[in-house]
Amino acid sequence: MRAAVIQFPGSNCDRDMAVALRDVMGADTSLVWHRESELSDGLDFIAIPGGFSYGDYLRSGAMAARSPVMQAVIAAAGRGVPVLGVCNGFQILTEAGLLPGALMRNAGIRFVCRKVRLKVENSQSIFTSHYDADEEITIPVAHHDGNFFADEATLDRIEGEGRVAFRYAEPVNGSARDIAGILNDAGNVLGMMPHPERMIEAMQGGSDGRRLFQGVMEGLIREIA
Amino acid sequence: MKSRIFVTLKNGVLDPQGKAIHHALEGLGFAGVSDVRAGRLIEIEHDENVSKADLEEMSRKLLANMVIENFEIESN
Repeated sequence: MRAAVIQFPGSNCDRDMAVALRDVMGADTSLVWHRESELSDGLDFIAIPGGFSYGDYLRSGAMAARSPVMQAVIAAAGRGVPVLGVCNGFQILTEAGLLPGALMRNAGIRFVCRKVRLKVENSQSIFTSHYDADEEITIPVAHHDGNFFADEATLDRIEGEGRVAFRYAEPVNGSARDIAGILNDAGNVLGMMPHPERMIEAMQGGSDGRRLFQGVMEGLIREIA
Repeated sequence: MKSRIFVTLKNGVLDPQGKAIHHALEGLGFAGVSDVRAGRLIEIEHDENVSKADLEEMSRKLLANMVIENFEIESN
């Protein structure tokens, strides 16, 4: 199994993500610099990590979404390769048009950095198959721009299609309908503000993020078999 | 030539920054302010070959996020 973690100038969760992919998924994981315009064909999984790409200039994720590598990520997503964007990665996926909506400044203006409770809304996707629907899990957030916005019609559509993967189970950032993570229409792209890679073993204060990567691994193995 | 591109939030999109600025103005004792919306001004120096259509494309592709923002172009 081969995975790539995309690195932008200002990414800062890239190594944590690579550890999660190597340790939990056992994936042969490479770090790919954003100036690359191609990704290797045999890639099974792509992660866009958290951080502050380009110093959040213009809008969070705006510059990174226009990096050369993103054209390759968009093409891979179109072929069905699972793509996970966490935090700044989620912002980049919306700016790149792979996911609907936008992540705006937190309603309370402040940067929020703490563990939050999430409710698993969809337990059918490749990312969430190791969770139970309606299960409550704890994963940390660390962001300034996590306030998910989309127009009402878009919100109704993604809700109706079961594309809300995670919802906040407590007030965090003012997100529309408490949305913490959403899937694309094909279900192979997930963007989420909370950091599952920071919760993969007890030493980190919890391991609720571990099952996300286990689910992906099992889904990929089933696909290959 | 210089063009100024004003990027503003669409109607109906909540603006936490504008709200905070509004509160700060009230805190300074300025009365009578009913709402504040914060936007962004981008100034672009360019030659005469850059058309209005080019500036619009720049705005749509990068300068504004069309999900939440509108833009207006002022050239002189």
